[in-house]
Amino acid sequence: MNFDYSEEQVMLRDSVQRFVQSQYEFETRRSIAESETAMSAENWAQFAELGWLSIPFDEQYGGFGGDIQDIAAVMEEMGKGLVIEPFFANVILFGGLLQNSGNDALKEKYIPQIIDGSLQGAYAFVERQSRYQSADVLTSANKQGDNYVLNGTKTVVFNGANADVAVVSARTSGGQSDEDGISLLLVDLSSDGVSRQNYRLMDGQLVANIEFKDVSVSADNLLGAEGQGYVLMKAAELQGSVALAAEALGIAGKLNELTLDYTKTREQFGTTISTFQVLQHRMVDTFMEYELLKSMLFRALCSWADGDDEFELDVRALKAKLARSGKLIGDEAIQIHGGMGMTDEMSVGHYVKRLMTINAIFGDGDYNQQQFVQLQDSAA
Amino acid sequence: MNTAFSEEDLAFQQEVQAFIKQKYTPELAARAANPKTFKDAQIEWQKILFEQGWIAPNWPAEYGGTGWTPTQSYIFDNERAMAGISDVVPFGLKMVGPVIYTFGNDEQKERFLPAILSSDDWWCQGYSEPGAGSDLAALQTKAVLDGDDYIVNGAKIWTTYAQHADWIFCLVRTDSSGKRQSGISFLLIDMKTPGIEVRPIHTIDNYHSLNEVIFKDVRVPVANRIGEQDAGWTYAKALLAHERVSIAEVANSKRNLAEVKKLAQQEVNGGQTLYSDTAFRSRLAETEIELMALEYTELRVLASVSRGETPGPESSLLKIKGTEIQQAIQELRMQIAGYYCGVLGQDDIGHEFGSAARQAYMYGRAASIYGGSNEVQRNVIARAVLRV
Repeated sequence: MNFDYSEEQVMLRDSVQRFVQSQYEFETRRSIAESETAMSAENWAQFAELGWLSIPFDEQYGGFGGDIQDIAAVMEEMGKGLVIEPFFANVILFGGLLQNSGNDALKEKYIPQIIDGSLQGAYAFVERQSRYQSADVLTSANKQGDNYVLNGTKTVVFNGANADVAVVSARTSGGQSDEDGISLLLVDLSSDGVSRQNYRLMDGQLVANIEFKDVSVSADNLLGAEGQGYVLMKAAELQGSVALAAEALGIAGKLNELTLDYTKTREQFGTTISTFQVLQHRMVDTFMEYELLKSMLFRALCSWADGDDEFELDVRALKAKLARSGKLIGDEAIQIHGGMGMTDEMSVGHYVKRLMTINAIFGDGDYNQQQFVQLQDSAA
Repeated sequence: MNTAFSEEDLAFQQEVQAFIKQKYTPELAARAANPKTFKDAQIEWQKILFEQGWIAPNWPAEYGGTGWTPTQSYIFDNERAMAGISDVVPFGLKMVGPVIYTFGNDEQKERFLPAILSSDDWWCQGYSEPGAGSDLAALQTKAVLDGDDYIVNGAKIWTTYAQHADWIFCLVRTDSSGKRQSGISFLLIDMKTPGIEVRPIHTIDNYHSLNEVIFKDVRVPVANRIGEQDAGWTYAKALLAHERVSIAEVANSKRNLAEVKKLAQQEVNGGQTLYSDTAFRSRLAETEIELMALEYTELRVLASVSRGETPGPESSLLKIKGTEIQQAIQELRMQIAGYYCGVLGQDDIGHEFGSAARQAYMYGRAASIYGGSNEVQRNVIARAVLRV
C-alpha cells in the first residue's frame, strides 16, 4: 500500500508547479482570460516543449505513455494556478477519446499534432435537452455512401471556440436516449455547414455552441465502431471526472490557504480575526473536507491502478463528494474573506467560480450520487 | 499509488478469517450481545485472543505484542469488525498497558502486564472529574504523601465499566503550586482498596456503563505510581499521541452500514422498501460516500505509520469524522425502526433491532463528547494545522 506519486509523477507535478509559480501570477492569468482567445499561444507552445501535451498518449505516437495518475498529478497543480489553457478539453477529453478509439489512421494523423501543440481539439457531447445524460443524443449522422451527413447542435463545447477539430457524438440508430446507436465522429470544424456561437463561462473559459447543418464527414473519421461510441464516451466521462477532481483538489487547497492567510492579516476588534474560535473551527472543517476529498481522489486513483471493478463506483462517489466539499470550501472562503471576498480584484472568487464550473461538468453531486445508487442496484 | 495487498497480507487475511470462524461461535456472539452476559463473554473472547497470541497488536513484541506490521493490524481489525466482534476493552490493553511498558519500572511491568494481556484484570480510567472535563488539567483529586503511601481524596466521573473493574488508573494532583499540568501524578489503584465507592450514573440510553468513583482517604502505595511524581501529565499525553489508527472505527461503521442496508431492504413502507425510497436512499448513499472517504483517510494515516511516522492532527480528523459517521449510521437505523425505535429492552416487540437501535443511538451521542470532545479536537487541529 502506498499513496505516493512516483518519481516521474513528482517530476511532472514539479514542472507544472514551477511554471505556475514563475509565469502564472494571478494578474497574468486575468489578462489571458480576458484576451480574445482566452488562452495564451505562447503558453501552449511551452506546454508542448515541457512535454505536458504528450502525457496520455502512446509512445509510438511520441507520447509519454502516462495514465490517469500522471494526469491527476498535473491537474492538481493546474488547479492551484487556475490555468485556463484548454489542457483538459484538448489533451484529456479530445486526446483521450482519440487515444482510446482504436482508429490507427486518425491517431497517427492527429496525436502528433496535439503533442506538438499545433492542433486544438474539442469534444462535443452536450445538447440543450441532454443535461448530464450524455446518451441523450438528437444530433444525427446518416450514412450516405462513404460519408456521414451530420445534423444537430452541440452546446457548451469546451475549447469549442478555438478548436480546429472536434469529436462529436451523433446518433446513427436507436431512440433518443439509447446507449446503443451513438457514433463518435471526428469533424473538421472548417467544413461547410459548421457554425459556432462563442461565449464565455464564469470561470473565464471560452466555449461554443456548434451547429452542424448537413455536414459531410468521412466514414474514416469514425472513432470505434458505428453505434458503439457510448463505451468511449463513458470512459471519457469517468477519466475526465477524475482529472477534474484533481484540479478541484488543487483549487480547494488553494482556497483554504488563501483564506487562512487572510485571517492572519485581517484585523478587527483590535486583533487578527484568525484568533476567533468560531472562524478557526470553520477553517478546521474546510481543512477536513479538503483531506477527505484528497482521500476520495486517491481511492479512485488506486482502484484504477489495482484494476478494481469498483472504479466507476469510486468515481461517482468522488464526484459526489467533490460537490459537497467544494461547496463548503468555496462558500467559507468567500464568507471568511468578508467584503473582500465579493471583489473581482481578489482571486478567491475566481477559484470559486472554476470550482462551480467543474461541479457541473459530467454531472453535479446529486446526479453522480444517483448514478452511484443505480450502480449498486445493478450490481446487486 | 496503489492499495493492493501483498501475497503475505492476503494469506494473513485468510488466516484471520479462518481463526474467527472457528473460535467466535454463534453461541459466544449471542452472549456478547446480551448486556447481562456481556462481561463474561468479552473476557472469554479476549482470553481466546490471548492464547492465540493476538491480544495486543499495538504492543511491542517483547511485552507480548504480535509484531504485526501496521497493515496486518489493519487487516485483523477489519476482519474482526466485519465479523461483528467488539474490539477489546481498551482501558487495559490500549490505554494503561502502553503507559506501563513505556514509563513503568521493571517491577510494575512484571506485576501488571501479564494480567492485562490475559484479561484477568479489568481496568478502568480515572481521568475526568466533575470540574475537569474537556479541561482535564483542572483536575482536583488530591494525593498526599504519607510514609510509603499516598492518601487519595476526590471524585472521578464518566468512568466506563468501573462497576466491573479490578483496577483504575488515575491522574491525581500532587502539587497545586505551579503550572496546572506540572503537579499531576499517574497512580494505579486497586478498586478493592477501602474508601472507594462506585456510584452508577444512569444515562439517556437507559443503560448502565458510566459511573462516578469517589475516593475517601484511599491509601495507595507509592510503588503504584508510574514514573516520577508530578510528571503524570507527560505520560498521559504521550499515550494520546500514540492513539491508535483505528480511532475512526471505520471497520465497525462499514459493518453497521451493511446491516442498515439489509434492514432497509426488509422494511416496507407503503408497498415499497425503505431501500428503494429515494429520500432514504439518498441519505444512506451520502453517509456511505463519507465513509468511503474516511476509509481512505485512515489508510493514508496507516501508510504513514507504516513508514514510522507518528500520526499528528490526522488523529483528530479521524475522531471527528469517525464519530459523525457513526452517529449518522445510528440515526439511519433508528429511522428504519420507525415506531419501534422507542422500545425499551424487549426485542420481541416490533423489530428485533428496535431497542438496540435506540440504545446505540442514545449512547452514540457520547462519541462526539468522550476522548476529547469534537470541539476540543477542532482546537487541536487549529493549533497544529492552521497554526492559529
